[in-house]
Amino acid sequence: MSHGNMNLTLKIWRQNSGKEPGQLVTYPVKDISPDMSFLEMFDVLNEQLVSKNENPIVFDHDCREGICGMCSMVINGRAHGPKTGITTCQLHMRSFKDGDTIVVEPWRAQAFPVIKDLTVDRSAFERIQAKGGFVSVNTGTAQDANCLPIPKDDADASFNAAACIGCGACVATCKNASAMLFVAAKVSQFALLPQGRVEATARVKNMVAQMDAEGFGSCTNTGACEVECPKGISLENIARMNREFLVANCKD
Amino acid sequence: MSNASPNFLTSSIGKKFLMGFTGLFLISFLVVHVCINACIYFNDSGETFNMAAHFMANNIIVRIVEIGLFLGIILHIVQAAILIRQNNSARPEKYAVQNLAVSSKWYSRSMGLLGTLLLMFLIVHLANFWVPTKVAVFKGEEHNTFESLKVVFSSPLILIVYLLGLASLFYHLLHGFQSAFRTFGLTHKKYTPFIKSFGFWYSVIITLVFASMPITLYLGIIK
Repeated sequence: MSHGNMNLTLKIWRQNSGKEPGQLVTYPVKDISPDMSFLEMFDVLNEQLVSKNENPIVFDHDCREGICGMCSMVINGRAHGPKTGITTCQLHMRSFKDGDTIVVEPWRAQAFPVIKDLTVDRSAFERIQAKGGFVSVNTGTAQDANCLPIPKDDADASFNAAACIGCGACVATCKNASAMLFVAAKVSQFALLPQGRVEATARVKNMVAQMDAEGFGSCTNTGACEVECPKGISLENIARMNREFLVANCKD
Repeated sequence: MSNASPNFLTSSIGKKFLMGFTGLFLISFLVVHVCINACIYFNDSGETFNMAAHFMANNIIVRIVEIGLFLGIILHIVQAAILIRQNNSARPEKYAVQNLAVSSKWYSRSMGLLGTLLLMFLIVHLANFWVPTKVAVFKGEEHNTFESLKVVFSSPLILIVYLLGLASLFYHLLHGFQSAFRTFGLTHKKYTPFIKSFGFWYSVIITLVFASMPITLYLGIIK
């Protein structure tokens, strides 16, 4: 073992399919460099499993640069692990100590059924998006940017909401498995802009209806989602969506 | 974009809205309750207090508001029960390890537990005072509420039950007050800090003033 490398005990959720029950399985890993990312440590483990003719652990990952939101893992009871403001791929093994036991579980929610091991089906988010997380515009040449003056504060708040990558850490963290932070971000990014106001009433009503239909829980304002969100989406968005929803229901 | 029209009150946000609305209604009731009770601090053998209690027990408007109050409590509890059931079924398979202490306050996650403790306390509280007053009103007798206060709070066990009930109330209010405003969508960089600190001090003051009453009566400071 080279200097500073670690031996760890991993307890990882293994589940063959959504139809079968799963369990935590213990895997020792040796000689892990502190400079590896958490996912690279999983790659090392999976290569060992394959060489022993065992099934590798299935986990979601894509860009590995913190912007795609695929790497869904609850590590030691926290979405994306012990650090805040990052996804799992940006978590490095230096955040752990030699000899640590690390428990890794999938996002757990009725609306996010396990596909296999740590991979869950997050298409519920896509169905919510399809209900109104867009602006219906005719295609054509983009108009001059200065035709629609937008206050800087609104533009910034909209941009911050649009930073949501739809990873589902909010749902995974929330004690009620509520998707309010996600839906609120998607509603807010348009609610703040004149282009989005045109369809604001229908958008918030449709998206909330779909959110409820998917079986997510409701919001009890614990604020845990905001803390664990890798993109720092603010709770203010939830309040804004509540306001939008109330106004929309008063209108029609 | 088509416009689906879900029923506002049965939607998840609508249910929360009703929770917040009934919650704030109950919060406003506590102010009236604490003010009436504070009449014992005239320390005139309960003369002023009994006068206020008599007014509350016999005034027709207060009686009508009382029905609203009970409806508010029932609505708050039923809505909470429905929401808790839905929220539990939103995560059928629990985490083996979940570390929520880093991301949220324990009392914000324990509103159901605190509310249940409050309900248990409320039943004791109604049995202690509300029921005897009602019985007296129906019999057409004069009920000396102040004397019953002294009798009830001479028991150290009752004193402890009340103080625990008030501790549950404190934490329930601490989260509930500011949470209700967020549910209504009332956030603003200028006013939200005010709402939050108002909610904090409201919870502290209401609880302390309420707690002072059984304590002073038990200790015999108020005679």
